[in-house]
Amino acid sequence: MIRDTTLGAKLWAVAVWSLVGFFILNLLAMIATVVTSSFATRWLGTWLPLGWTTRWYSSAWNEFQLWDILIVTFQVVGLVVVISGVLGVTAAYALARRDFAGKRLLVLLFLLPLLIPPITFGIPLATVLYQTGLAGTFWGVVVANLVPTVPFVILVMIPFIEQIDPKIEAAARVFGANTFKLFVHVLLPLLLPGILAALLLVLVRTIAMFELTFLVAGPTSQTLVVALYYAVFAAGVRAVQSIDAMAVVYMATTLVWLIIALRFVNPTQIVTRAKQQPAH
Amino acid sequence: MEALAPTTRLEHGPNLRQRLAAKGFDAVTLLVVPAAIFSLLLFVYPFAFGFILSFEPKNGGWLANYQRFFSDSYLYDTIANTLWLSIPVTLLNLLLAVPISFRVRLMRRQRLLTTILVLPITLGTVLVAEGLLNYLGPQGWFNRTLMTFGLIDQPLRLVHNYWGVFASLLITGFPFTFLLTLSYVTGIDPALEQAAATLGASAWQRFLHIYLPLLMPGFAITFCLSFVQAFSVFPSAVLLGEPAGSTRVISIAAYQAAFEEYDYSMASAVAMIMGFVQLGIVVLVLASRGLFYRGPASGAKG
Repeated sequence: MIRDTTLGAKLWAVAVWSLVGFFILNLLAMIATVVTSSFATRWLGTWLPLGWTTRWYSSAWNEFQLWDILIVTFQVVGLVVVISGVLGVTAAYALARRDFAGKRLLVLLFLLPLLIPPITFGIPLATVLYQTGLAGTFWGVVVANLVPTVPFVILVMIPFIEQIDPKIEAAARVFGANTFKLFVHVLLPLLLPGILAALLLVLVRTIAMFELTFLVAGPTSQTLVVALYYAVFAAGVRAVQSIDAMAVVYMATTLVWLIIALRFVNPTQIVTRAKQQPAH
Repeated sequence: MEALAPTTRLEHGPNLRQRLAAKGFDAVTLLVVPAAIFSLLLFVYPFAFGFILSFEPKNGGWLANYQRFFSDSYLYDTIANTLWLSIPVTLLNLLLAVPISFRVRLMRRQRLLTTILVLPITLGTVLVAEGLLNYLGPQGWFNRTLMTFGLIDQPLRLVHNYWGVFASLLITGFPFTFLLTLSYVTGIDPALEQAAATLGASAWQRFLHIYLPLLMPGFAITFCLSFVQAFSVFPSAVLLGEPAGSTRVISIAAYQAAFEEYDYSMASAVAMIMGFVQLGIVVLVLASRGLFYRGPASGAKG
């Protein structure tokens, strides 16, 4: 590592770090605002609210029917995780182990839903789902959410599978294992860390996936983030604190899973495939 | 029957199955089929369907939707509005991300910082919009702090206008741009910089002549990915901006056509225009990438 000790370099470092500090300060203050407001009795024109209360949580719980919404959210997310795991891991295995004509085209096909923003392909997708009558239903929401998650699992899993020595599989074959046995007894245990990481990332992304759910959800198939959007959109109908209480419930749901996910993955993987850090 | 099989195979050479396996098509390859069918049905088919549907307007000739879009200023202005938001935000994000990732790359424990930065991405745009409504509002902590320090007399108007959406795109977009940039910057072999330093290059010279040419392709891709995210801004433009005025972005126009006018043909046309503008900018940026160095830079151990 190169150490610069000139005054200019030190000033530059201070400037860069204060920029980072300013960003993080604002980010945390923004989150703190929501949390503070959700516990406030009355908060107008002062630094801190006049008093503290937890009643907004019970009123948000009843007004927004949070229990129903939470159940729908977890059902949607659970199904999306399982289906994208099954479809994604099998496809990733084929792509990692075989070289065939049209493979590059296929990889491009799986790359596109991740590069194109959901709202761009969400509107044609919603149109098709409305024509088939699937939109507005529970399964419509699941299907729409699968469009970016299946390719995501495939692209995360390909390098994981490539690093497993094919000789291990060959040995299992020699001892008479069929494809199913090979998968359950050899591949699955070896791939488990990778599958776990990919599926946790899918889980965190699906809870926060607004656009696709918003475009295809009906009144009974809303997830938490869509319900939050409608609550903020209709602000004025309900107390601000009540909406903030709902936002805190949403934050808690997301953050619990984020913390669990971060035990198994690098934070950078939520945005991009993590690269090895170079040794200094 | 079983005894005969090997001899017939010898006479006719490898059978179809063996010939396909030699080209990489066997039972394992078939595992890709379910996911491929899924993507074709739910990604390629809707796109093709939307493209054709956009040429079948409710009334008028086959180009009526596009004629309506480009003759109604309420509709075609959305392109300018969206570009006016997304290009400055993306450039600012990239401009901030580059020096910061150069600094962070020297850190040994980056995990805490990347964890904090990944927060706004995982929380999503809706929550950021809700938080910023309070935080940047006239009674929020941001304005209050500025007034306490005597920097302003009147609270700044930061929500329900251009700047509200700008701030939300900065908060969710910067971490995204930064983490992408960081992965490109750390991918470059530090030995290259050390060699330049040994030969007496200053920090600025090392950046300009070593890193910048090597990183340009990565920056171009980062710009494209961040740009398409910012270009498709939707919830924060509605909640934090003026959805009828300066922040009426193109996704609002598409949404209104589909879910307020129930004109799916027009909505598909707007979605196609949105896709083409994004594609146009991406192609433009990636084409200019060819002007820079392309080749290995990560080193054997990178």
